[in-house]
Amino acid sequence: MEDDTPKALRQTPLLKIGSYGFLALWALIAAFPLAWIFVMSFKLPIDAFAQNPLEVIFGPNTAQKDSAFSIIDILLGGAFAYYAYQIPMRFYRTTLDYFVPVQNKSMGAFALGLSYIFILVGFAFYVLPVVSHVLNGIFHSISALSLLAKPLIGYTLQHYYSVWVENQFYIQFKNSLIITFGVVTISLTVGTLAAYALSRTASNLAIWLLIIALVFRALPHSVLVTGYLPFFINSKEILEPLWSMPVIGWLLSLFSETPPTLYGQPLAVIAVLVAINQPFTIWMLRSFFMNIPKELDEAARVDGCTHFQAFRKVILPVMWPGLITTGLFSFLLAYNDYLVTSLLLDNQNQTMVPAISAYFNRETTATDQVNAIAAAASITAPLFILVVFFQKQIVSGLTAGAVKG
Amino acid sequence: MKNKTFFAFVSPSVIIMILFIAIPLVTVFLQSFYVTQTVYQTVKVETCTPSFPTSICTTTEKSVPVLDENNHPVTETVYVGLDTYKSVLETDKVSKLIDSGRFFDVFTNIDFYKALSFTLLFTLITLPLVLGVGLAIALAVNNVSKRMKGPVIFVSLLPFIITPIIGALSIKWLFVSNGLLTRVLEKITGHEISVFANSWSIELLMVFYRVWHVAPFAFVLFYAGLQSVNKDTLESAIIDGASRFERIRYVVIPHLMPLIYFVTLIHLMDTYRVFEEIIGFASQAHVISLQWLTYDFLEPDDTGNRAISSASASSMLTMVGIIILLAPVLKRTLRDQKKG
Repeated sequence: MEDDTPKALRQTPLLKIGSYGFLALWALIAAFPLAWIFVMSFKLPIDAFAQNPLEVIFGPNTAQKDSAFSIIDILLGGAFAYYAYQIPMRFYRTTLDYFVPVQNKSMGAFALGLSYIFILVGFAFYVLPVVSHVLNGIFHSISALSLLAKPLIGYTLQHYYSVWVENQFYIQFKNSLIITFGVVTISLTVGTLAAYALSRTASNLAIWLLIIALVFRALPHSVLVTGYLPFFINSKEILEPLWSMPVIGWLLSLFSETPPTLYGQPLAVIAVLVAINQPFTIWMLRSFFMNIPKELDEAARVDGCTHFQAFRKVILPVMWPGLITTGLFSFLLAYNDYLVTSLLLDNQNQTMVPAISAYFNRETTATDQVNAIAAAASITAPLFILVVFFQKQIVSGLTAGAVKG
Repeated sequence: MKNKTFFAFVSPSVIIMILFIAIPLVTVFLQSFYVTQTVYQTVKVETCTPSFPTSICTTTEKSVPVLDENNHPVTETVYVGLDTYKSVLETDKVSKLIDSGRFFDVFTNIDFYKALSFTLLFTLITLPLVLGVGLAIALAVNNVSKRMKGPVIFVSLLPFIITPIIGALSIKWLFVSNGLLTRVLEKITGHEISVFANSWSIELLMVFYRVWHVAPFAFVLFYAGLQSVNKDTLESAIIDGASRFERIRYVVIPHLMPLIYFVTLIHLMDTYRVFEEIIGFASQAHVISLQWLTYDFLEPDDTGNRAISSASASSMLTMVGIIILLAPVLKRTLRDQKKG
């Protein structure tokens, strides 16, 4: 490849090496703590806290007492992962056209993706173990190659089992899902409307709204929770008069017989998180709307659309990238929240992140510690998947706020 | 856009923000002047122990909670003025410490000042580090081939999107007594090391965690900004004999200034809220922050009571702090927005 940068702008080799070295160091620092808890979560405590770091990675005791991968297994798994990633890249288009010849392909694509995931899971759980068993058997009997079939990296699923099955972590997982889903959908719906209006008006009022939103964005969440908590705990008594009013009371009693105690209600927490998230959503979506030319909705208005129709039929279809990005950040806020959920939800409705404090406060034995690590790794996994699939959107979201901020 | 349509679009969002942000703020403000407590009454209790010739009786005065007809303790809310603020600020203790000439003990002995000084120092120390590390990574990625960009961004996003508590825990587990890095450090120094026993080492680790967590954000922004640096200006700087460092100092950094300013704004807001580190590192015995202080008041104590009034007072004080910190920045934003 020909280097077309001017000679004066080219770098000395030393600078190049320095840059690579620095980046390698940063990559190590960035990924290491997370990679390490991932490795530890699969080991028995004796290996997870071993003196020698190599023992933590290879887990000799775990290999002895539980299961282990041989070199063949690792190669097999690597090949599987490679092809699982490559096949949809290569054959996605043709397969989709073959199975779904109609115009509207989104549902077909969804069904195709889902069935592909099912096939992958089935393959990983039923076919791979058999293949690995046979291959290991063959290589084991050939003395020159038996080293390849020797158990190398020990692993155990015991900690994940005890977190998810024995301690019923799936309940907290479900609660987290409900809360994040609610927060993302409501904040996007409410936020797009406001952000659209704010991006198309330059009145003083709009600017003041934005500034107030910015101030709200800066408020520590504990300040707001202090405001909610007494009301949420006593909401039953406080709301009583509303329920005994003639017409309003009848309407409200259609939803619930008695006034609800809002403390411990997922719905109430969703409302709180939506409100906390609202200023940020408005600012970010507004910066996406600013990039959509005004002429687009003006043209729609000339054609006889009302403002709302123009918004729905012209702006929304081109807004998907912005919506997905803002949705991702709303997801992160709701999913990662500790303070609000831990103060406003009780034990039955607790989400994953506050629930993990129960694990690390209990860290008395080494097994408890590794259980806590497995719980932490479980919480991280969805976020990891998020980065794999939405890296571009996250980056565009990070830069979007700054462009017009 | 006409005012009426503007309001129609904005109102759902505004209503949510009024209901769940503005009204709670007002109630917090009011709550900080009132104290709700259980009503006690003094009851004379005569206890008699059987004895000879007559039983021995003692009368003691006991204070017991007044119960209503459902046997719930009766509570009353009284206006206390600035008393709660005084108890949060512990004015008596402060003046005593100052009188005895131990002014600096105020910041180590009294919770509020301890939290305040840590929060402010933490915010101001991490800011230049985040900006510096972010800029360094961005410049390094810009220096190497384009193919490195994707993987570096991928790896950098991991510490950024990780749940803050989990991120803090993952670093804590490296430094606990049987953790990997503690062992390495012990081997190098030959001493026994316990990172979580001293406040300075915890604070150092917190600074490290925060930079690790936020620098990727600065990096991604700065990297995006570097793509639009004017090549001609750079070349003319070279012709004028500017060294690599001078080019960064006089061409690149001025170009990135709006972004640096933006990162500063977001960083001030987010770091002033420092909280998750305290929970993750379980450092409350050594290091506490303003937001943690309020959180601690809100958590039920041993008797199940939440110190709502104290929490409100400390919330109000926390809020005053962030407004003072952000006032210059907000003023500038207002000016920028008015310019359009």
